[in-house]
Amino acid sequence: MENEQRKELKVTAIASGTVIDHIPAQNVFQVIKILGLDRSKEMVLFGTYLDSRKYGKKGIIKVSNTFFESDEINKIALVAPSATLIVIKDYKVASKSKVEIPDIVNNIVKCFNPNCITNAESVPTKFDVIKDEEILKLRCHYCEKTTTKDDMVFI
Amino acid sequence: MKNKSLVSINDFTKEQQLRILDISEEFEKNPTQRILEDFVVATLFFEPSTRTRLSFESAASRLGARVIGFSSASSSSVSKGESLKDTILTVSNYSDIIVMRHPKDGSARYASEVSPVPVINAGDGANQHPTQTLLDMYSIRKTQGTLDNLNIAFIGDLKYGRTVHSLTIALTQFNTTFHLVSPPELKLPSYVKRHIKDRNLAYHQYTDLMEVIPVADIIYMTRIQRERFSDPMEYEKVKNIYNLENAMLAGSKDNVRILHPLPRVNEISLDVDSNPKAYYFQQALNGVFVRQALLATILGVK
Repeated sequence: MENEQRKELKVTAIASGTVIDHIPAQNVFQVIKILGLDRSKEMVLFGTYLDSRKYGKKGIIKVSNTFFESDEINKIALVAPSATLIVIKDYKVASKSKVEIPDIVNNIVKCFNPNCITNAESVPTKFDVIKDEEILKLRCHYCEKTTTKDDMVFI
Repeated sequence: MKNKSLVSINDFTKEQQLRILDISEEFEKNPTQRILEDFVVATLFFEPSTRTRLSFESAASRLGARVIGFSSASSSSVSKGESLKDTILTVSNYSDIIVMRHPKDGSARYASEVSPVPVINAGDGANQHPTQTLLDMYSIRKTQGTLDNLNIAFIGDLKYGRTVHSLTIALTQFNTTFHLVSPPELKLPSYVKRHIKDRNLAYHQYTDLMEVIPVADIIYMTRIQRERFSDPMEYEKVKNIYNLENAMLAGSKDNVRILHPLPRVNEISLDVDSNPKAYYFQQALNGVFVRQALLATILGVK
């Protein structure tokens, strides 16, 4: 409960910006990397392994004065499909939304196939997202091989 | 189809594939036509494939085109460390179309995206080899009079054989019944079977070659490739598992033809060669007509 309270305090501590909640606890650093927050000049607060009634443990990230386009935020769907996006304006929740799995994933994940041209030359990776039987798979635009969730390595 | 690259067989619709086969027929009737005299064809072979390269160069030469290129990476600037992109951009200055064989999967798609001239994929690693698929389709249609409703048997390495995967996927457009003969460890991958299932077509799996001889319209033999095996013991176990001998064809259909992408090793005995049902050398010749049709179509002359 203490964690929950502290989290509430931190959410309200942002005057204006974005809160990304319900991130799988172990994937917070990947989300930071995918969104380029490691290079952000704004205040970034984050927590890992916070208690969550819904998910057991979870992660949360709060970024001041930063608002994401849906294309940009949907990139994190690969590592945080259950994430909730909360836009804060003037200390208040302005809107809440869920991330959506995109149709195409550009230059976030490495191709699993060691013989793929993207692993041999400096070619940006590109995948079609296949939502097949609830399992998320990425089909390489170049070598046409499929990278599954367990094999995903982030660039 | 003018200026359209051919990387994967699916880049062409069924109608476009059939149009290429129709134009190939015209070239079979009249193979020497100097309709590409104004064009330069580049054949970039980053790994050796003598058969495919000569087939393309023969096709281009018979149409009067000039051919430039290299036959292995060691004789190109790749050996100096040049990137694929730079090679493609440079060669596209010298040519009107690029035919490329490259050891990396996906290299052809990438080349087609950076190249200002169209690219024909002559094999990218273990991924695609669409001109082989088209010449196989041409050979099947020519010997059977149709592509529809046939019983096609594939024999050998169905797991790693890129030729088998692409042809199987292409044939799912024609209500084919598939007969798949392989050792258990070299069965057709599930993603290819998925294409068959998606079209509600039938496939049957066997380990004994003799079972498919009486039912097949096409017997498509493949070589079990040593380089695909990480464990040499596994290769030794299966390398000579299928050997088609002339006597085994006694109970086969009259219309059956034996196909093989070549080179063959032990999987077809020499005594089959004189059987009129053997078709693999004509199949290789058909590759020239199909490549003539592709060059002429993509360069906008047909």
